[in-house]
Amino acid sequence: MSVNGAGTGACAVCLRRTWLIARLAGAIELAWAARRPLPALLALTDEELIAALGGERRERLRAEWEDFSAAAARQRCDDRAVTAICRCDRRYPPALRELPDPPAVLHVFGDPGRFVALVEQDCVAVVGARRGTPYGLEQARGLGRGLSAAGLTVVSGMALGIDSAAHLGALDSAGTTVAVLAGGAERAYPASKRQLHARIAAAGAVVSELPPGAAVRRWTFPARNRIIAALGRLTVVVEAGERSGSLITATLSLDLGRDVAAMPGLVTSPASAGANGLIVDGARLVRGAADVLELLYGAEAGQLTATAPTPAALPGDLSALLERVGGGCDTVAALTADGTGLDSVLAGLAQLELRRLVWRAEGGRYVCRAR
Amino acid sequence: MAAVLSRVATFAIDGIDPRPVWVEVDVRPGLPTFRVVGMAGKAVRESRDRVRAAILNSGFEFPARRITANLAPASLPKVGPGFDAGLAVGLLAASGQCPAEGLERWAVFGELSLGGELRPCRGVLSAAEGARRSGLRGLIVPRERAREAALVEGIEVAAVASLRDVAEVLEGGTVPELPPAEKALPDSPDTEIDLADVRGHVLPLRALEIAAAGGHNLLMEGPPGSGKTMLARRLPSLLPSLSLDEALEVTRIHSAAGVQRHPGLARTRPFRAPHHTISASGLVGGGQVPMPGEASLAHHGVLFLDELSEFSRPSLEALRQPLEDGHATIVRGQRALLFPTRFMLVAATNPCPCGYAGSERPCSCSDAELARHRRRLSGPLLDRLDLLMTVSRPSAEQLRAPAHSSSAVVRERVLAARERQARRLRDSAASCNGQLDARLVRSHVRADEAAQRALGRAYDAGALSARGHDRVLRVACTIADLDGRDGVGVDDVMQSLALRLRVADSWEVAA
Ligand SMILES: Nc1ncnc2c1ncn2[C@@H]1O[C@H](COP(=O)(O)OP(=O)(O)OP(=O)(O)O)[C@@H](O)[C@H]1O
Ligand SMILES: [Mg+2]
Repeated sequence: MSVNGAGTGACAVCLRRTWLIARLAGAIELAWAARRPLPALLALTDEELIAALGGERRERLRAEWEDFSAAAARQRCDDRAVTAICRCDRRYPPALRELPDPPAVLHVFGDPGRFVALVEQDCVAVVGARRGTPYGLEQARGLGRGLSAAGLTVVSGMALGIDSAAHLGALDSAGTTVAVLAGGAERAYPASKRQLHARIAAAGAVVSELPPGAAVRRWTFPARNRIIAALGRLTVVVEAGERSGSLITATLSLDLGRDVAAMPGLVTSPASAGANGLIVDGARLVRGAADVLELLYGAEAGQLTATAPTPAALPGDLSALLERVGGGCDTVAALTADGTGLDSVLAGLAQLELRRLVWRAEGGRYVCRAR
Repeated sequence: MAAVLSRVATFAIDGIDPRPVWVEVDVRPGLPTFRVVGMAGKAVRESRDRVRAAILNSGFEFPARRITANLAPASLPKVGPGFDAGLAVGLLAASGQCPAEGLERWAVFGELSLGGELRPCRGVLSAAEGARRSGLRGLIVPRERAREAALVEGIEVAAVASLRDVAEVLEGGTVPELPPAEKALPDSPDTEIDLADVRGHVLPLRALEIAAAGGHNLLMEGPPGSGKTMLARRLPSLLPSLSLDEALEVTRIHSAAGVQRHPGLARTRPFRAPHHTISASGLVGGGQVPMPGEASLAHHGVLFLDELSEFSRPSLEALRQPLEDGHATIVRGQRALLFPTRFMLVAATNPCPCGYAGSERPCSCSDAELARHRRRLSGPLLDRLDLLMTVSRPSAEQLRAPAHSSSAVVRERVLAARERQARRLRDSAASCNGQLDARLVRSHVRADEAAQRALGRAYDAGALSARGHDRVLRVACTIADLDGRDGVGVDDVMQSLALRLRVADSWEVAA
C-alpha cells in the first residue's frame, strides 16, 4: 500500500472509512433528521460510528468492516475513472485538514493532477440560490469568468441556478473550476446538468467525498457544503433567500475563519434577502470579480482581471441605451414609455445583444452583462 | 319483363376533390331485394332505407323487384350521404317513373329525408366543379346549397327542394331558380373586435402588425390574463379581405368538411382555434374517411393554438409539414390526398406551468416542471416561427392610457405593405413574405451590405439556425415593406432579430 504514491493509491484505512460512511448513509440520514449535528457524527471513529448507528446490524457491519477489501474498492474507482485521494496522501488539499471532520477520501472525476494544481491555486467559493434571478445568474457568471481569468479556481456545487452559472463563467474563460457534488463524482447531479458535468470534468475537476455510485441524501448536501467552504479562501454568496442553504455554507466558512463576501441585490428582492442580510451582518460587499481580487490581494489586483468590453467603445446612442437598461429600464415597454421610438429601441437592443452586452431573460427583460 | 338499366352521374367527395361516380341501377324480375354494390361505405348502405321511404313518401312506387345499384368506379371508396338523390333518381328512371334522357345532361347531388325532401349536404361546391369538369349541362342540388354550386361558372344549377322537383327538372320542366342571395355582409371582418381595445403592449402590437403585413407565424408568451388571446383574436381584423380565388378555395374546404356558417361564398378569413386536446389527424386532416383538419380549415386564414404547451407532441409534430409546404398529405391505400394548409400560425403560451415565471409574481413551479415545459416548447416547431415575443402584464397606467391605434389604421398600413409584396413577388408562387422559401428568399429579398454583415454576425454567434436565418430576413423584408422600402437595411435586420432571438435560451442551453 502506498501512502504517498500516485494513481488510485488511497490507503485501505481511508477507503474503508469512506465505504463505511456510504454504507451507513441511510442511518446517518435518520440520525441527522433527529437533529444530531453532522460534524459530531462525521468526526466519530469507525468503531464509534458502527456502535452509534449500526443498530441491530452492528455485528454484521463489524464483520463486513473487518473483511473490507481495499483492492475491490480501488477497482470500483478505476472502473468509473475516479481517482481516490485520501488524507494520508500528500496531494490531499491542506485546506480540508482545517475541518473538524475532514473527508477521509476525495474522489476525483477528471484529471487528478489538474485537480491538485487547481486547489493549489487560491480558490473562491461562489454559492447562491437554485432559482436565481436573471440578475443573479449574470452576476455569478461574471464572477466566475473574472476570477478564472485572473487565475483563481472557482469552487461551487453544480446545483441549478447560481452554482451552475459560476461554473459556466469559469468555463467561459480559463476553465479553472471545481465542482463538489453531494453524490458520486462520476455522475451528474442534478441529471439535467450532464453537459455541464462533462465540461467541468474536462476542463477542471468534479469531486466528491462519497465513493462512485453513491446516491445523494439530504445530509450529503450540508456535508458537501463544508468541503466547498473549506476549499475556498473566501466564500461569495450571490443570491440567497432568507433561509437558503448558501447561508449555511457562509456560516461554515466563518467557522473556519475564512472571509465571507456577498453581492448585493435590490433591498426589495426576496431573492437577495439572505445576501443583503450577510452584508448587514458584516460580510464584505463585492460588486464583481475585481472587488473580490481587491479583497484578497489589495487595491491594484482588482485591475488584473478581464472585464466586459468597455461601453465607452460604443456609439453614443447605444451606450445611452445600455445605461438605461442597467438603470432599470429593462423592458421594451419601459424603454419606449418616454416616447423614444419603438423601432430604434428594438434595433438598439439587438445591437447590444449581438455584442453580448445585454441578454434577454424571461418576461422579456434585458439584463446587463456583469462587469 | 326484361331488365331495365339506368345511369345517373353524381360525385364522391374525396378529401376536398370531386370524383365522378356513376350510379347504375338494374331492376329485374325476381324476389324483391335492394342491393348497393361498388365499395359503398356504411352511410351509403344505410341510404337504402332513406331512398325507399323517400320514394314512397313522394308518391312514387317502390318496385317490388330485384334491384341492384352499382356505384362505379368500384375502385373508389364511396362515403357520405350525397349519393341518396342519385340512387333514388336512378331507381325512378329504371322503373320508368321518370325520363332517362335528362340524366345525360344533369348530375344529381344531395341527401334525402324520409319525407322525400332534398337536404343540404357537405361538398356541394366540389360537386359543382366536378360537374363542370365532366362537361355536363348542370347540377341538381338541394335548394339551401344552390348558391354555393352557382359559384362555379359554366354550369346550370337546379335548386330543388324535393325528389318530386328533381323528377320535374328531368322531365324538361322549368329549372327552379336560385334562392335570393343573402344580404351582402360587410367585407371587412367582425367590426366588434378591434385593436383599439388593447392598451399598452407596444411590442406585441408591433409584432402583430408585422405578422399581418407579411403573413408571418407568431408566438406570444406571457402570464395569465396579460392579453395574449385578446391580441390573437384581433389579427383577422388586420388582414386583407379574401380574393375571389381564395374565397372559393376556403368555401370548397369548408363545404367538404361541412363546417360552413352560411351558404355561399366565404367572406371572412377563417380563424380557427382548436382546443389543445385535439388529435394529430384532427389538426392536419385524416381519419378513415379523409377529412380536412383544422390546419386546412384555417387555409388563407389564422390557426390559433392557445396554450401551445398543452398540445400533444404528436399533434405539434404533425404541423411541421403543413407549415413548411403549405399542404398536408394524407395517404389512403393507393391514393395521396392533398389538403391545402396556407395559414398563419399564431400560438400563445404561458412561460411556465404556473404561468408566472419572469413576471412580478413569483413562479411556483418545480424545477422538473420548468424543464418539462421548456422541452415541450423547444425544437423544430419554434424554429418554424418567425416572431417570438413576450406579452407582459400592462401597467395600471397603460390600462388607463388611450389606445395606440385602431384596426382600421393598422390595416391600411398592412394593405400597403401587402401590395408592395404582391408587386415584388408577382412572378413567383408566393404572395407575401411569409410564404418565401429558401430559394425565393435568395431571389427576391435584397439586403444591403451592412444588413448582410449583421445577419452573418448573428448567425456566427450561434443564435440562429439556417432556417432561422431565412426567417429573420423574411421578417426584415416585411419591416422594410411597412416602411415603404423594397431593400432590407441593417436596422430592419436588427428589429427582426429583436422580435425573434431569445439569447436567454441559448444561455440555458450552454448549461
Ligand atoms: N393590454 C390590455 N388592454 C386591455 N385589456 C386587456 C389587456 N390585457 C388583458 N386585458 C383584459 O384581460 C382579459 C384577459 O385577457 P386574455 O384572455 O387575452 O389573457 P391571456 O393572456 O390569453 O390569458 P391566459 O394565459 O390565462 O389565457 C381580456 O379579455 C381583456 O379584457
Ligand atoms: Mg388565453
